Amino acid sequence: MSLKKASELTEGGIITEAGNASEYKTGDWRTFVPEFVVENCIQCLFCWIYCPDSAIAVDLSGEKPEVTGIILEHCKGCGICAAECPPVKKGKAALVMVREAK
Amino acid sequence: MAQNLVALAGNEAVAYAFKQARPHVGSAFPITPQTEMMHKFAEFVANGEVDTEMILVESEHSAMSAAIGSAAAGARTFTATSSAGFALMWEMVYVAASLRLPINMALVNRALSGNINIHCDHSDSMGGRDSGWIQVFCENAQESYDTALMNFRISEHMDVRLPAMTNYDGFIISHTEDALYLLDDDTAYDFIGPYQAKYALLDVENPITVGPLDLTDYYFEHKWSQMEAQKRVFPVAREVMSEFGELTGRSYDFFEEYRLDDADLVMVVLGSSAGTTKDVIDEYRDKGVKVGLLKLRLFRPFPVAEIVKVLAGRKAIAVLDRSASFGGFGGPVFTEIRSALYRQEQTPIHNWIYGLGGRDYDLKQVAEVIEKLQQIAAGEELQEVNLLGIRL
Ligand code: SF4
Ligand code: SF4
Repeated sequence: MSLKKASELTEGGIITEAGNASEYKTGDWRTFVPEFVVENCIQCLFCWIYCPDSAIAVDLSGEKPEVTGIILEHCKGCGICAAECPPVKKGKAALVMVREAK
Repeated sequence: MAQNLVALAGNEAVAYAFKQARPHVGSAFPITPQTEMMHKFAEFVANGEVDTEMILVESEHSAMSAAIGSAAAGARTFTATSSAGFALMWEMVYVAASLRLPINMALVNRALSGNINIHCDHSDSMGGRDSGWIQVFCENAQESYDTALMNFRISEHMDVRLPAMTNYDGFIISHTEDALYLLDDDTAYDFIGPYQAKYALLDVENPITVGPLDLTDYYFEHKWSQMEAQKRVFPVAREVMSEFGELTGRSYDFFEEYRLDDADLVMVVLGSSAGTTKDVIDEYRDKGVKVGLLKLRLFRPFPVAEIVKVLAGRKAIAVLDRSASFGGFGGPVFTEIRSALYRQEQTPIHNWIYGLGGRDYDLKQVAEVIEKLQQIAAGEELQEVNLLGIRL
């Protein structure tokens, strides 16, 4: 997203376009990143529910919603998804937090 | 234009102006010497003379917060405070200006604690000089009433959209019965006009976000827009003041020049002290001393070009500050004026800090300054920052 000039902004920092938070890329802050291992996933959607930043990609085209991976532009690497993922607790990691190479 | 000559204390006069603006919402917490202004306004509401939603809050921080919420919702909004009340609003005072909400506030000037003191000085409003609000200082009840009316127009102007303070001296103006002319309610309201919101949270057809996180990427640009809006106050204020002059016969400008045309010696003051100063200037004029007064009304934005034009080339200038900047080089008005005149031919500019905590500013003190100015103009090297009316 290219940054606007001062003269192009609304006064007072008022945001007039609704629902534009998705344009705000927050993914460049993170140190760790979740890796999604589809074979271990039971499609419980806990990660999608718990992710504080809507960073879990879900395919809604089929009969049931299916997690397909991580939206890296928004994932902050907080690790909540991996901490809440039920297979992880049973030793079958569907989400693994790894240090991201920069 | 028929106007009613009435006797009112400054607080009542400003309450009339605020009533005539027909604000949708007012939120305030009582504090001396602002209290009577709110009493009077609450009476107007209770009597059904104005249809304002009064929010009686539990603190000034809440008063300003409620005013911000109301203005962001799209309502004409006012508040009023003094001294410690203004200090308690502090955080939200900046937010109001940053969000570009044209809230109008009566700031009845009173010293800051401690020790606790209820009387007039300007240290409360001077603390807010960098907050992004428009600040106008008034000499008497008439000027306070007129300024309050004009400030609605200026702050709400689409080129400006900034909050505005009408500053008037605690007790000296707020509690002193004074003769003044009031416009009738309809004329005053027609002058101000109906409120137009630019962005309104209650406009559900056009949803907005107010006050989002603003970090390294955009905060600076938004501060620029506040600086630019302050500059646009000048032409708008001129236009509003000239229209007001045509309507009422009372003309105002960024500052008032009193016997300034041929003056070698100039005193600069804000607020009610101008009256006392004018009397003593008349005495000295009678003795042949060429002394005059620049009574500054518009302090924010600071009309630097006009001030330089009027003050350049004088022989000696005395700037009086009714607030101290502890550890600084003189008071806030002094540093501003002196900085403005830096590129000019060197005129000695001296500072007198006076009247703190409501200490009376009397005729003798004005005379003392004029005598010193004469010595300075004659080439004597006197101290640059001085205290006036103090026992040392
Ligand atoms: S690490 Fe945090 S932000 Fe990233 S997908 Fe998991 S829960 Fe969401
Ligand atoms: S929480 Fe784990 S198992 Fe459940 S959907 Fe997310 S990745 Fe799959």
